[in-house]
Amino acid sequence: MLDLTKYQCLGEALRDALDRWPNEVCLIESDRDTERTRLTYSDFKETALPLARALQDAGFQAGDRAAIIMTNQSKWLISAYAVMHCGGVLVPLDYKLSAGEHLALLAHSQAKVLFTEFHLWRAITQAPAFESLAAETVLVTEAPGGAALVKAFRWEDFRRKGAPEFSSRRREDWASIVYSSGTGGQPKGCVLTHENYLEQCTALTKLYPFWPGVRYLSILPTNHAVDFMVGFIGPFVCGATVVHLRTLRPEFVRDAFVRYRITYLALVPMVLKNLERGLRSKFDELPQARRWILDRLIALNRLLTRHRPHVGISRLLLPKIHRAFGGSLKAMFVGGAFMEPSTLQFFYDLGVPVSNGYGLTEASTVLTLNDCKPFRADTVGKPLAGVELRILNPDDENIGEVAARSKTVMSHYLSAPELTAETIVDGWLLTGDLGRFDPSGHLQLFGRKKNMIVTEGGKNIYPEDIENAFDGLLVKEYCIFATNFIWPKIGLGDEELVMAIRLEPGAEMTSMLEEDLAARNRRLPDFKRLDGYFIVGKDFPRTASMKIKRIQLGEEIGKTVDRAAVVPL
Amino acid sequence: MPTIDQTLDEVLTLAAARFKVPREKLSPDDDFFQNLGIDSLQALDLLTRLENHFHVELPDYEMQGVSDFRTLASKIQARL
Repeated sequence: MLDLTKYQCLGEALRDALDRWPNEVCLIESDRDTERTRLTYSDFKETALPLARALQDAGFQAGDRAAIIMTNQSKWLISAYAVMHCGGVLVPLDYKLSAGEHLALLAHSQAKVLFTEFHLWRAITQAPAFESLAAETVLVTEAPGGAALVKAFRWEDFRRKGAPEFSSRRREDWASIVYSSGTGGQPKGCVLTHENYLEQCTALTKLYPFWPGVRYLSILPTNHAVDFMVGFIGPFVCGATVVHLRTLRPEFVRDAFVRYRITYLALVPMVLKNLERGLRSKFDELPQARRWILDRLIALNRLLTRHRPHVGISRLLLPKIHRAFGGSLKAMFVGGAFMEPSTLQFFYDLGVPVSNGYGLTEASTVLTLNDCKPFRADTVGKPLAGVELRILNPDDENIGEVAARSKTVMSHYLSAPELTAETIVDGWLLTGDLGRFDPSGHLQLFGRKKNMIVTEGGKNIYPEDIENAFDGLLVKEYCIFATNFIWPKIGLGDEELVMAIRLEPGAEMTSMLEEDLAARNRRLPDFKRLDGYFIVGKDFPRTASMKIKRIQLGEEIGKTVDRAAVVPL
Repeated sequence: MPTIDQTLDEVLTLAAARFKVPREKLSPDDDFFQNLGIDSLQALDLLTRLENHFHVELPDYEMQGVSDFRTLASKIQARL
């Protein structure tokens, strides 16, 4: 692995990585049963540099911003490196957002260049706000021959001969703007520095090292801070290989484990639970005698790995299961949302360590991670090297808000000084999550102080981001809340969004109104939908500028409305 | 080539069988996440089954934003 303490910026480290392991494979891209791309570090460099040169010739300079809206694929990483070679700032956007949301974040980030895929670009060009797009250069991948690209260039053709100039950056310079939310409300664009990433990468690879020959399966979207780190920067500065799948169907993911003998992968709880469901149903289909033997072998494996994982022993005891995971899997990382301990234990007992972690985009991604020595399903692990955590205002059970201080904490939120000042206080990042440390120094999480939910798919949903979907609803006023925010509970999981409705004076909830509410709700992506609504008997408190005082309203509702009053949608 | 109504009917029948929901409880404009009680991964599984049934290939991105059977059937019909 490269010694990252010697580097000032990601571009420098990656540039050296491309020269250090020229013949190692850095990227494999597979679509269904067909391998589409296999690039060595040297191939990667040969593809990225002409792109970087073409960007520079088009006027892209150090400090300029370039957005990427793509599914996980090789061109994502090649584009990102080309931007970093030019000293640019990356703006990775979630490809699952709507075209309107993409345009809003492109405007907010002031991206000068946009890299995207043809089907996404087609949607963007058809959005009402398309004319507002200010990006000067748009590069579209995989456009069919003869397709109308509307002001854009084909990514594949956008290259120039001649060595591009390498622009070095300082550690404190911006490396990226990563949006943790804000498609409807105030955008939360986390400005992450080169130092944030270099420090994070050093700490993570100490715990889970990569080396040439390691194969990381990239399933989480690369715009997500976790995949950007462990599915790009981490493997590249160690000469490892990243495997991309263009089709994320469960059966193709399962095949990839075997075909590419995957070493690590990171996933969200929803995917891990899906894997668990599949395995459990296979176990249930076994004849009674074989099931009895399997259960005994699992129990023996649990006993032999109670202090730390012994992957070799587990592979001997449960060979078929390990072969199904490719036979080389060392660990799966799970995070982004609450994970039930029973699922973690299920995999650990099979000899497949699942390292549970906790982090925020605002802290570059990971703050704590389980080292599995011993395995603990009930915690999110210990702080990474260089991360200080403390519990603010602990209650009788030592539970309080988790605050973090580390070189991995973001610089600020883009164009939001007030929000930054509320979030980073005296150098401490206030996470809004409630937790406590156990005697062995592991962090346990108990709930959320902030008004938001995290889905099983790892998406942060802020109520204010979806309120505009209900604009014009025939009520006097409404406000969306996370249920945990108004009716605090100890425990994570089963998080829901609900709407508080104040009807017009004398009005009643009609079936027509309820249908309108339900229809608008259905039009939202499934992970953003409301679970129910309830009626509030008095006007909402508002500020002088007529904004709803959410915190005060939430507290009032918590005291006066029973959770049972929520009508399911 | 089947009509869109026939395709839609086959989609509903296949979805009902796959997720063990009575066929009569599903209708074309229903939200399949809600009616079948499935998550986005299970929706991808349904997509694979539909591909095998209709002998078409549907890119994952075609499912983005699709949540009702009628739209799903129209995506398949366009490829038949």
